[in-house]
Amino acid sequence: MLGYSLRRIIYTAPVLFGVSVVCFALVHISPGDPLISILPADASVELQNRLRTLYGFDRSYPEQFILWLGRALQGDLGTSIATGRPVTTEVMRAVGNTLMLAAVATAIGFVLGCFFGFVAGYFSNSPLDKAASAAAVFGVSVPHYWLGMVLVIIFSAQLGWLPAAGAGPGGSSQWRFDMVHLSYMVLPAITMSVIPMGIIARTVRALVAEILAQEFVIGLRARGLSEFGVFMHVVKNAAPTALAVMGVQLGYLLGGSILIETVFSWPGTGMLLNSAIFQRDLPLLQGTILVLALFFVVLNMVVDIMQSALDPRIKR
Amino acid sequence: MGQSKHMTIAALLATSFFTIPVSALAQDKILRIGMTAADIPRTLGQPDQGFEGNRFTGMTIYDSLTAWDLTKEDEASVVIPSLATSWAVNPDDTTKWIFNLRDDVTFHDGSPLNAEAIVWNVQKVLDEDAPHFDASQVGVTASRMPTLRSARAIDEFTVELTTSQPDSFLPINLTNLFIASPAHWQAKFDETGDSEAAWAAFAADPSGSGPFRVTNFAARERLELAANKDYWNPDRTPKLDGVVLVPLPEANARTAALLSGQVDWIEAPAPDAIAQIEARGFTIYANPQPHVWPWQLSFAEGSPWLDKRVRHAANLCFDRDELSILLGGFMGSPKGTVDPTHPWWGNPSFDIRYDLDEAQRLMSEAGFSADNPLKVKVQTSASGSGQMQPIPMNEYLQQALRECYFDVELDVLEWNTLFTNWRRGAYDESANGAHAINVTFATMDPFFAMVRFTSTQTFPPVSNNWGHFGNDEFDALIEDARTTFEDDARDAALARLHARIVEEAPFVWVAHDAGPRAMSSRVTGVVQPKSWFIDIAPMDIE
Repeated sequence: MLGYSLRRIIYTAPVLFGVSVVCFALVHISPGDPLISILPADASVELQNRLRTLYGFDRSYPEQFILWLGRALQGDLGTSIATGRPVTTEVMRAVGNTLMLAAVATAIGFVLGCFFGFVAGYFSNSPLDKAASAAAVFGVSVPHYWLGMVLVIIFSAQLGWLPAAGAGPGGSSQWRFDMVHLSYMVLPAITMSVIPMGIIARTVRALVAEILAQEFVIGLRARGLSEFGVFMHVVKNAAPTALAVMGVQLGYLLGGSILIETVFSWPGTGMLLNSAIFQRDLPLLQGTILVLALFFVVLNMVVDIMQSALDPRIKR
Repeated sequence: MGQSKHMTIAALLATSFFTIPVSALAQDKILRIGMTAADIPRTLGQPDQGFEGNRFTGMTIYDSLTAWDLTKEDEASVVIPSLATSWAVNPDDTTKWIFNLRDDVTFHDGSPLNAEAIVWNVQKVLDEDAPHFDASQVGVTASRMPTLRSARAIDEFTVELTTSQPDSFLPINLTNLFIASPAHWQAKFDETGDSEAAWAAFAADPSGSGPFRVTNFAARERLELAANKDYWNPDRTPKLDGVVLVPLPEANARTAALLSGQVDWIEAPAPDAIAQIEARGFTIYANPQPHVWPWQLSFAEGSPWLDKRVRHAANLCFDRDELSILLGGFMGSPKGTVDPTHPWWGNPSFDIRYDLDEAQRLMSEAGFSADNPLKVKVQTSASGSGQMQPIPMNEYLQQALRECYFDVELDVLEWNTLFTNWRRGAYDESANGAHAINVTFATMDPFFAMVRFTSTQTFPPVSNNWGHFGNDEFDALIEDARTTFEDDARDAALARLHARIVEEAPFVWVAHDAGPRAMSSRVTGVVQPKSWFIDIAPMDIE
C-alpha cells in the first residue's frame, strides 16, 4: 500500500511540470497586452516600454517561465498587476472560499445522488426509478447559472428569505459557521450541487443495477442474508466508483464554478479567474490556474489511493 | 469621543451589508452601493477599474488639485478649484505652472497638506529614483497627464509644475492625480522597510484628504468608508455616516441585491429589469455622459470612407431614437463628440441627425445604389468596458445602413484583443482589412476627446488615431488650443477644433452612454451630472 502510494505521488511530478508549462503557455499565447489593466490605450509608447521593463515582460518567454516557476516552487506566485497584492494570498483566500462551497455542494450532491441512484437502481424500471432518473437528468441538464438566477429571483428578490450575493456580513474573512453566514451559502451550494447530484445518481443507479444482477448477490440471498446485509455488500461494491466520481466532481467544482460564483458574487476561485481574465492579469491568472490544477492532480491522487485502500485489486 | 464615534461607525459598517434591517440603516445612514467592478478599485490613490474607480475610491477618499463640478445636471461638468485655490501659467515660460494651495487641509492621519505633499505625489508616478515610486500607479496616472514632468515646492502652499511642452490642458489632466498622505506612507514604510510592501499596507489602510476615510478593506468583497466630518469643504462634508462599496459584477446579481434590500444603489442595472425596479419604487438616474460610442473610420489608402459624402451619409442614415428604444431609453443622441451645451461645441455646420433622403442622395452622388452597395468592414467586440451592447447595436446599424446602400460586415473580436488592435491602426495586419473600429471613449479631457484622434502626431502606435486621420489644418487647431492658456480662449480654440471634427466626420457618432444607476427612494440629495462621476458626499439617506 505504501509503495503504491509513493508510486502515485512520484507519477504526479511530471504531470505537475506539464501543467505549469501548459498554464504558462496558454496564458501567454492568448492575444492582448498583459499590462492592459494598468495601462490605458492612450499610454505613450515610451510609457508602455517602461512598464514592460519594470514588470519583466520584455524578457524572453523561457526566461519569464523559469523565473516564474522558480518563485512558484518557493510559494511565491508573484504580484497581481491589477491590484498589487500577492497572488499567493489572493489565490489561497479564494481557494478556501471555493473549497468550503464546493465541499458543501459535493456533500449535498453526493448524498442526494446516492439516494436517487440507489432508489433508481433498487427499483429499476419502476415509477420510482423513472422519478429518480428524471431528477438525475434534470441535474445533469439544467444550466446551473440559469438555476442560480431563478433561485435568486424567487428566494431573494421576491420572497426575501435568503441573501442574493456575497459571503456574509463583513466578508469571507469574518466567516463563521452560524445561521447568518450559512444562509449566504444555501443558494450557491444548492445550485452548485445539481450537476454532481445528477452524475452521481446516474453512476450509482447503473452500478447498483449491475451489482444486484451479479451472482454473488443471488448467493448472498440464497444463504439467507438479510436485505440490509445485501444492501451493505452493494454499497461496498459501489463505493469505490462512486467515490472516484465524487472526487472528480469536487475537482471540477473547485475550478469550474466561474458562473455560479459570479452570479452569487461568492469570493472564490471562479470569481478570481473571471476577474483575472477580464483584467488580463497574467500573474493572477497563472497563479490561480496553477493552484487549481495542483488541487485537481492531488485530489485525483488521493482518490486513487483511497480507491486502492477500499479495493486492493486496483493496486495490481 | 471622536474615537468612540469612529469605532461605532466602523462596527455598524462591518455588520451593515445584508444584515441590518432597513429601519436600522435609516437611523445609521449607511449607504450601500453595488458596483459593476469585480474587485474594489485600488485604494492607494490612483484607482484602477477606469472611471468607476475614480468615482468610488478616488473622489471619495482623496482630493485632487483640480476637480469636476458635479453640482449641475443640465450643464456640462467643468473643472473647478479643489486643493488648489488658483493656478496660472508662467507667461515667460509656458511649460511652468504655479498652483496655490489651500492652507486648511489635513489628511485623514492628521498630517497637513502642503506643497511638499504635492511634489511627493508627482514623484510617486514620475520619478523612478524616488523611494516611494510605484510602477503600478504609473499607467493610470502618467497617461492621463502626458506632458507633466516634475513638481517643485516654491513655499509651503505654492507649488510649481513643469510640463514637457506648453500644455493648456494640464489643469484638466490634474483631476486624475489624487493626493495621498506622504506621512502615512512613510509610517507604513518604517513598519515594513520596503516600498512595495509599504504601498500594499497603505492600500489596506489609506489616508487621503477626501470626504470619506477607509475603515475596513476586504479585498474583492467590500470597502467600508466612514464620513470625514472634519472635511475642509462644507458643501461636501458628508451627511451620511458611512458608505459600503460592494463589487457585484453580474448585472442580475446587482439587480437582485437591490430588489432584496441588500444594497441601496446599484450601477448599471440589468436593462430588462428596469421596469421591475421602477415598479418596486426605486429611482433610476441617468444623464448622457461624456462618452462616445462610435465607428472610428479608416483614412488608409483605399478606404471607402475617404469620400466625405459617404461619411456624412452614414451619420445621417439611422434613427438614433429608434436605437435608444433598443437600449431601454438609456442613451444620448450625439450631435458630435461633445453636446451643444458644452464649451467645446463650436457650432459645426454639419448637423448630425436622421435624414434618410439626404443620406441616400449623398450615397447616390458617390456612385452607390441598392444594386451596387458599398462594402464596409467594422471591427467590434462582444462586450467590454463602455461598449454598452455592442452586438445588438452593431447589428442595428448593419440593418439600418443597408437602406443607404452600405453592405456592412462585422468582425467581432474579444474585447482585450480589439483594445490592443486599436493602438495598432488601420494599416496593421490586426485590422484584418477593417474600414472602421468600434471602441468607445471618454471625452472629459480634450486630449482623450479630440486630439488623439485627429493629430498627425498620434498615428499608431503612438496613440489611438487608428484611422490615420489628420492634416496640417488639424495640427494647427490643436497647437492653438494647447498653447492658449486663458480658460475661455482655450475653450474657444477647442470649440473650433470640435466644429471641424464634426464637419469632417472621422467618426460615425452613434450614441452617448446615459450611465443608468438605480437607487432606493430613501437616498436623497442625488445630482446626476453629465459626467462619468457622481458626488456621494452631499447625499443623505432617510
